[in-house]
Amino acid sequence: MIAGAPLWRLLSFYTNMLKFLLNKLVLIVPTFIGITIVAFGFVRVLPGDPILSLAGERGVDPERYQQLLVQFGFDRPIWEQYFTYVVGLFQGDFGTSIATKRPVLNEFMALFPATVELATCAIIFATLIGIPAGIISAVKRGSWFDQLTMGTALAGYSMPIFWWGLLLIILFSGTLGWTPVSGRISLLYFFPQVTGFMLIDSLLSGQAGAFRSAVLHLILPTIVLGTIPLAVIARQTRSAMLEVLGEDYVRTARAKGLEQVQVVGVHALRNALIPVITTIGLQVGVLLGGAILTETIFSWPGIGKWMLDSISRRDYPSVQGGLVLIALIVMMVNLTVDVLYGLINPRIRHQ
Amino acid sequence: MTDPTLKNIDQDVVKEEARKARWSVLNEFWHYFSANKGAVIGLCIVGFMILMAVLAPVIAPHDPNLQNRDAFLTPPVWQDGGSWTFILGTDAVGRDILSRLMHGARFSLFIGVVVVTISLIGGIMIGLIAGYFRGWVDTLIMRVMDIILAFPSLLLALVLVAILGPGLVNAMIAIAIVLQPHFARLTRAAVMSESNREYVTSAKVAGAGHLRLMFKTILPNCLAPLIVQATLSFSTAILDAAALGFLGMGAQPPTPEWGTMLAEAREFVLRAWWVVTFPGLAILVTVLAINLVGDGLRDALDPKLKRS
Repeated sequence: MIAGAPLWRLLSFYTNMLKFLLNKLVLIVPTFIGITIVAFGFVRVLPGDPILSLAGERGVDPERYQQLLVQFGFDRPIWEQYFTYVVGLFQGDFGTSIATKRPVLNEFMALFPATVELATCAIIFATLIGIPAGIISAVKRGSWFDQLTMGTALAGYSMPIFWWGLLLIILFSGTLGWTPVSGRISLLYFFPQVTGFMLIDSLLSGQAGAFRSAVLHLILPTIVLGTIPLAVIARQTRSAMLEVLGEDYVRTARAKGLEQVQVVGVHALRNALIPVITTIGLQVGVLLGGAILTETIFSWPGIGKWMLDSISRRDYPSVQGGLVLIALIVMMVNLTVDVLYGLINPRIRHQ
Repeated sequence: MTDPTLKNIDQDVVKEEARKARWSVLNEFWHYFSANKGAVIGLCIVGFMILMAVLAPVIAPHDPNLQNRDAFLTPPVWQDGGSWTFILGTDAVGRDILSRLMHGARFSLFIGVVVVTISLIGGIMIGLIAGYFRGWVDTLIMRVMDIILAFPSLLLALVLVAILGPGLVNAMIAIAIVLQPHFARLTRAAVMSESNREYVTSAKVAGAGHLRLMFKTILPNCLAPLIVQATLSFSTAILDAAALGFLGMGAQPPTPEWGTMLAEAREFVLRAWWVVTFPGLAILVTVLAINLVGDGLRDALDPKLKRS
């Protein structure tokens, strides 16, 4: 029995965790169905003939029209069309781009690393500055540092980032000439894309100056895309920290005579970070939306710019496919955050 | 009871007391709101913006769409080559930027009011129904809201505009649809926490119908979080509409909408800083002011945070 007790505990932990995971998975099924219905319906509610929208052709003769009608399955009942569409999605068929005649999934995957690289840098930038700023603001509540930080955070939160990007270009690219205006790397460098991440590829290429060029191209877009998450994280960290600092266990730690650094860094921070992690996860949707603006301003060849371009050139299969893929990514990230939240916070798991 | 004068006096006293109570509530609200200096500053800026928007046709020095062919890209007055005729300079086709900004305030505030009104009314209706009836109605509604929230809001707004066609009105509809789930969720949560209270039960026992319970009994007690959310959505609406305008999917040129002005100014970014700087500054100041007011409202209306 003595040896058995921990084993039993471990088993119950795993079954609990499994139950928690299954619950979460069941919840995303209706969302997934909803996302596919939105994308499926999108081309059918567009102004104009959906068949011509999907084919990207105009003024076709009746014979060709009949051919397209059968090709896209519009001759079958609507529920069958939807079913075929979803089965296609599971087989990786997200449609064919009108602009390039290539599968949408390939287009998306080719551009996705650029957006991931930018978004990752932005969230690292936001976290590295936002969390310390929030902690110091909470600890020194009411000080000039707190007021300045929170004022700046509110301004960042209210920032039209497309304008912010233009301002940074005026200052750093125009007046100071420090950073390039657009793109991912200088045209002087040419090397194979191994990972799709310019920072890694430029290092792998071994060309002198390539990595420096990649970094310089990344700085302004990172700041622009990271501004709103930075403001949100700083505000959230401050309020979570303030709440935790008033708890009994923090008072106990203080009463034990622990140093301020230990109380804040160990006892308070660990608990304050739980809601902050959720906030960071929720910023992913914000980042993908912000990527549309940031990538447009800096001509960054990622999925945000690609979506906007696809909408403007009426490449509706690309818009449809991109819509599903982006929503799926947001959904999966939110699910991961939920599960992580359950892992680090047992109180949620047992509810 | 049969004495008519006594009845009259009673009613007057009741009315007087009700008036006093309302005053004290307002007084208390102002007390907490004005303690937040940022919120008061924000309120002043918002007031100034409203004044500018209303008076734009009177106080604007020029016609916002008048192209002065002898004054392309004139710098603002304090720079070499600037003049008092065009205080903030002119754009690439010689239009006065200050006049365009003043007229732009009308669009931005109008967008905010319309979008918040549509999404607030829609969200309250949906949230009330979900929170009041519960069961499968609730599940269905909230799943639909989850789906809307699964898409990045700007992307969904862009796609909706692609369906409806570019333009200011369609952009406003798209933004209202995207913002609406936040109101629905908030209303639902508030209704669910209120509907088990004793005053609701007593109203039910007194024979109040569904509609009366929903709108007259429960809804007024859920308003505080909705007011705060409405203020914050007001600023989101202005930002998103400007973003759509900037991407060419919102208000179309030559409308003096701030985001559209920025889109037109983009190619002059390295040549004429003023064409780019002022419209964005107008957006930032307006949105910041509204967010300051929103923070102040939250502090004044949220009893949980009130005395901490």
